[in-house]
Amino acid sequence: MMTFTLWDILRNLLLAARWTVVLSLVSFIGGGLLGMALLYLRIGKARAGRMFVLGYVELFQGTPLLMQLFLAFFGLGLFGIDVPAWLAAGLALILWTAAFLVEIWRGCVESVARGQWEASASLGMGYVQQMRYVILPQAVRVAVPPTVGFSVQVVKGTALTSIIGFVELSKAGTVVTNATFEPFTVYGLVALIYFALCWPLSKSSQILERKLNVAHRNH
Amino acid sequence: MSLIAITEVKKRFGDVEVLKGINLDVERGEVVAIIGKSGSGKSTLLRCVNGLEMIDDGSIMVAGAQLINDDLHLKALRLKVGMIFQQFNLFPHLSAGRNVMLSQMVVKKTPAGEAEAMARRMLERVGLGHKFDAYPDQLSGGQQQRVAIARALSMQPMALLCDEITSALDPELVNEVLAVVKELAADGMTLMMVTHEMRFAREVCDRVVFMHQGRVHEIGPPEEVFGNPRTPELRQFLGAQLVV
Ligand SMILES: Nc1ncnc2c1ncn2[C@@H]1O[C@H](COP(=O)(O)OP(=O)(O)OP(=O)(O)O)[C@@H](O)[C@H]1O
Ligand SMILES: [Mg+2]
Repeated sequence: MMTFTLWDILRNLLLAARWTVVLSLVSFIGGGLLGMALLYLRIGKARAGRMFVLGYVELFQGTPLLMQLFLAFFGLGLFGIDVPAWLAAGLALILWTAAFLVEIWRGCVESVARGQWEASASLGMGYVQQMRYVILPQAVRVAVPPTVGFSVQVVKGTALTSIIGFVELSKAGTVVTNATFEPFTVYGLVALIYFALCWPLSKSSQILERKLNVAHRNH
Repeated sequence: MSLIAITEVKKRFGDVEVLKGINLDVERGEVVAIIGKSGSGKSTLLRCVNGLEMIDDGSIMVAGAQLINDDLHLKALRLKVGMIFQQFNLFPHLSAGRNVMLSQMVVKKTPAGEAEAMARRMLERVGLGHKFDAYPDQLSGGQQQRVAIARALSMQPMALLCDEITSALDPELVNEVLAVVKELAADGMTLMMVTHEMRFAREVCDRVVFMHQGRVHEIGPPEEVFGNPRTPELRQFLGAQLVV
């Protein structure tokens, strides 16, 4: 029987962790862009747009991410569309991330005091100008800590994609365990790697939040 | 013709009629104080004149610009009449100077250099020329309110609406703001101001409007309104105020 050194195990896990990082980045950036587009509709004047985003958010926040992954992977297959695991994983995570980010950001926009809208309106600014020069610059500052904080959820969310066969850190953990029969060591390392990815994110979210609160000097 | 013409204005919030047919004409250069109990509709009236609230009936005209609920008409109206708020409402992410420059640049498309020169002049006018680069949270309430006045003035409005602009200030800061308003009045600016500063209203205003339950209950020069109130409601209101 082959023996595996700790380094063998760690090396394989780290190689797979690259895909966790890539998937996280793709999901977060893609979800962020989609989230911005949705935010535009969500706080816009058109009722239809607002209702659409409302439904979208309910749908994706109200169902488990796992089901969304299954539907993206198997559901599209029913229509004869052959979806590779990486595509289903990326797609589902982007849609899921956007649903949460748009709500976080909407809260930030609404947290800007009503007086800011009134003052800018009384100076003759139109809706788009108010948004661009007065409301969004303030909302963005409020949005940074919770957005960075949410990125932790995205990283952890990628673990679920192992179930549809995407080989990232968790899936690699299972594969390596099957080869080495050392589940405790392997999953211990997997957990450590996740922690190493997530901890800096949640820590910086906390620091950012404290900074913005203490200074509360928006410049 | 009057600069501000308010005719038979009615405004309701849900089932409550807050303005029940207001008629009020303000002449160019006139300073009008609006007094009255809490809830009598003073703020609502001012907000209608600036188009922050829409009216249900009647009409409001400011120098030929009519209150109509579409972006173009609202913008035209707001270019004629500026507003100062109780809570200052400075943009916290911009310096005092930038606060004064912003609307000139985005609404009037004034080039940055010109907007800055105007901002410096206006800040100078309210005694804050040296605070151009200060951010709102580095200024006292009185200073913030004066920046707000400079910001409104930079749009060169024909009239200013002031809604209890000293009510959020510590007592020792009230006078610096009132002094600025007094100067504006002396320079011929048309002002409509809701105020609880009875002494100031008496000294500076040409006319005083007493609002009661959504109506203009009494109106006249300050000597008459304060010295010889005709209705029991006004007498009661004045009696409840501090020494006039
Ligand atoms: N947006 C709103 N929705 C519903 N009711 C409102 C709204 N704004 C004002 N009101 C009501 O209209 C009435 C008049 O309010 P307004 O603010 O004009 O009074 P005011 O004379 O300015 O009082 P104060 O001296 O307290 O500022 C009040 O009864 C108030 O509750
Ligand atoms: Mg009021």
